[in-house]
Parts: sequence; structure tokens; C-alpha cells
Amino acid sequence: MKIAIIDYQLSNLFSVKHAFDYLNVESAISSDKSVILNADAAILPGVGAFGDAMNNLKKLGLIEVVNSLITSGKPFMGVCLGMQLLFSESEEFGAHEGLNIIKGKVVKFAKPDKLIKVPQIGWNQIQKTEAGWKNSPLKNIKNRDFMYFVHSYYVVPDNSNAVLSETIYEDIKYCSSLLSDNIFATQFHPEKSGQEGIKIYRDWLKSV
Amino acid sequence: MKTIRIISKLDIKGPNLVKGIHLEGLRVLGKPEYFAKFYYENGADELLYMDVVASLYNRNSLHDIISKTAEEIFIPLAVGGGIRTIEDIKSVLRSGADKVSLNTAAIKNPAIIKEAAEIFGSSTIAVTIEAAKQSDGSYLAYTDNGREHTGIEVLSWAKKVEKLGAGEIILTSIDKEGTGEGYDIELIKLVSRNVSIPVVASGGAGSPDDIYQVIQEGGADAVVIASMLHYDFIQRHKVSGNFTEEGNIEFLKGGAISSKITPSNILEIKKYLKEKGVEVRLN
Repeated sequence: MKIAIIDYQLSNLFSVKHAFDYLNVESAISSDKSVILNADAAILPGVGAFGDAMNNLKKLGLIEVVNSLITSGKPFMGVCLGMQLLFSESEEFGAHEGLNIIKGKVVKFAKPDKLIKVPQIGWNQIQKTEAGWKNSPLKNIKNRDFMYFVHSYYVVPDNSNAVLSETIYEDIKYCSSLLSDNIFATQFHPEKSGQEGIKIYRDWLKSV
Repeated sequence: MKTIRIISKLDIKGPNLVKGIHLEGLRVLGKPEYFAKFYYENGADELLYMDVVASLYNRNSLHDIISKTAEEIFIPLAVGGGIRTIEDIKSVLRSGADKVSLNTAAIKNPAIIKEAAEIFGSSTIAVTIEAAKQSDGSYLAYTDNGREHTGIEVLSWAKKVEKLGAGEIILTSIDKEGTGEGYDIELIKLVSRNVSIPVVASGGAGSPDDIYQVIQEGGADAVVIASMLHYDFIQRHKVSGNFTEEGNIEFLKGGAISSKITPSNILEIKKYLKEKGVEVRLN
């Protein structure tokens, strides 16, 4: 089994790789089309700005790569910005088009009547939705376990059936993970969420 | 409700974990990797490595310690001390750190905060402010472990740091550091009430109640703890016979721990806070 960690040259991807190393799973950080397409599964991680990320994906010719990976049915995981990029559009610093693989948009934490601390940096709970976690990479996670988040924007999928967990920040309830066919995505960083986060990678790898 | 982060700070000198009082008089406690692993397993929300003599020694051992830590510890790791340039930040991140903390470099050249935040993102860039109370009651910022006076007033510096794009402020009281007398609540309150980025309280934790007070009264978003945890670790491992590291630990065997510091582990501290109504991560 080999996992491709898609490198679009914005962020530190070592922590994701360390998690796979720890699980004794071969992984490669790469921007190379053939490496990515030949892997058994791929992960799109990332911290940074939405627009820059889309520009880099375009420049590196990775938009088609991500699209064909997902149509191929191979397991695909998005983390943090990597989750947001899968959506149709983001309002980050003006409107940007996303990969449009999952219908919906990416919006900023904001309250009209209150000054809130953005980005959210820290641990927060993930709550089970009606769909349950039984057949998902969250199957060994307890409802309301804490995960580590760093973000200013969150996703709003058109189809709420895909939502796997919700999280509340400053009274805003948002989608913190989703599962849609072969796509699994988390707003939190499993690689920074302690042994519980490692369990999520381990159980995602079982689908590979 | 906001979840308060409990951060274990490990002061690093060469290959060793050290601890001083008022940021001076460093004593070697052992190998940082062992302490870090224990804190991780015990529920630390984040680790902070401070290279306390970075400008005097070479950095290879720090990078070794960071990469060893990143291989087996899956919580955020922040690194500070001696980080002067964008290149320094890159190399620390490449070794496996998730964020960096700037002090001297930021004071000498505040523009580095903005530049670094634009390149790496605000959440990757923290600024440490070492503060000491003056005889007139005001607080001034220092650098180089409290040795260098800058004449800069703490609150105006904190506001400037926020404006330049820092993701959080680690606010250390030089007066309280290593003493176990409790945090400087007045200092923490002064800054946390006046900036909208997280303020991390540092310096002075001696008991779980000190930690509660700085959250409740001081409005801290996160707390840094060092001596309480280190002394607990050493006692625990000395009893079990597992503490075999070389180093200057004679003072510990002699029981010469500051009487104001109650050795405690993170789990105990978190349970205490939870009982008092503070939201903490307890998985």
C-alpha cells in the first residue's frame, strides 16, 4: 500500500507523513502526477490561503489529477484547507472557485453582533450526526472527543447527508468532517489530535 | 465554550531539558524527549520548546530533538529561542515544528512578524513577550531571557504584534518565572483584555489553583506549565527506578524543590480545572 501526500507547495506536510510513518504505511510527499496517480490512495492536506492553493494546484497541473483520482474511486482524503478546496467556492479574500467536487461553499467565522477570535486555534469537540460513524473512519472515536483545529473558514455542503460530524465554535455550528463515497474530509488535523487522530488515519487506511 | 489549552514548556539547552528561576541559574533535568513523551501521553494539548541559550550554542541538537519529537508525538509543537530570520523559521518547521515563537528578532525588527505571517500563516507565528514589572507599576518588555532591557511598554507592544499578524502572544512574567508563586494575573489581564488574539499565560505556576486563577481572573486562553510537571515526572520516575539519565539532578535527590511548587501531572490539573467549570480537553 502506498499513500500519496499531495504537495502543492504551500505548507508543512511532514506532520501528515509522520503519522503514516508511525502507522508503518509507505507514503510519499509529491507534486508528481504519476506518483500521485499510481498511489493506492491520496491525501490533500494543507494550511494556507484558498486562492493561493487553487493557483498552485492549477500551476502544477494537479486539478485534473485530483479529479481523475476521485473518479477512479480510490480513497481520497482532504484535511483542513484540503477539505475546503473540494468545494465549489470560497469567500476567502474575495470569491474563489474551488475544485467543485463537493457542492457547497466555504465561509468565514463571523457574527454580526459580536467580535469573535478568528482563527480558531485549539481543541474542540466533534459531535455525531444522524448518519452515525459506524462505517466511517470515525468508527473508533467517541462522540464529542476533542480534535485539533486551526482555521478561519468552514465548509457548508449543499447536501447535509454527507456531514459526518459537527463542531460548535463561538455558537456557530459547522461541518467538521464529511464522508461522500470515496471522499473523506476533516476540518481538524488528525495528525495533531493525539492518539485519537492517529486512530482516524488508521481506520481510513483500512478502506484502502 | 472555549477550550483552554494546557501547554507543557520544555526549556532546552544543547541536548538537555533545563529549568531556571527568573529565567536564570539553569539546572539540567534530563533528556527532553522522555519528558515530552510522558506529557503527551498524559494529556498535554501542546508542547513548547524554548532554546534558552540559542545564540551561544549551535542548533543541531535542537533540530534533532524537534524531529525525534515530531516522529512520535501528535500534538502541536511550538519552538522558540534564537529564531532570527525567515530561513530560521523554515528550518525549524522543516524539522517538524508546527509553529514558532519570536522574541528578540521581533523587537529588533517588527516587520519580520508581518513577513512571516504572510508566508507561513498567522497561526504559525507566535510572539513571546518577556515582561517585568517596574517600580512605577508599569510593565516593560525584555529580551534574552530577561537580561536585555528594551524600554518598550508591554501593552503597546502586544497591540502592535497583533496588528502585524501574530497568531498568539506567549506572555511570560520574568518576576514569577520558576518561582511557583502563581502567575502575574495583573499582567495577563492587562494584555488579554486588550487584544483579540489568544494570550498564553507563562511563568509562575506552582499549583493547580494558580492555573485556575489565571484563567478565571486573568482571562488567559492557554497556560504554560513547566516546573510543576517536571518535578512530578522526576519524582514519579525516581520512585519507579526508571530515571537513570545523567545530569545535574543531585538537587532533586536532595529534595531541594522550591516549596512553592506542587508537583502535579497534566491529567490531575485538567481534572481540577474541569471540576471548577473550566472547559479542557479530557478524552
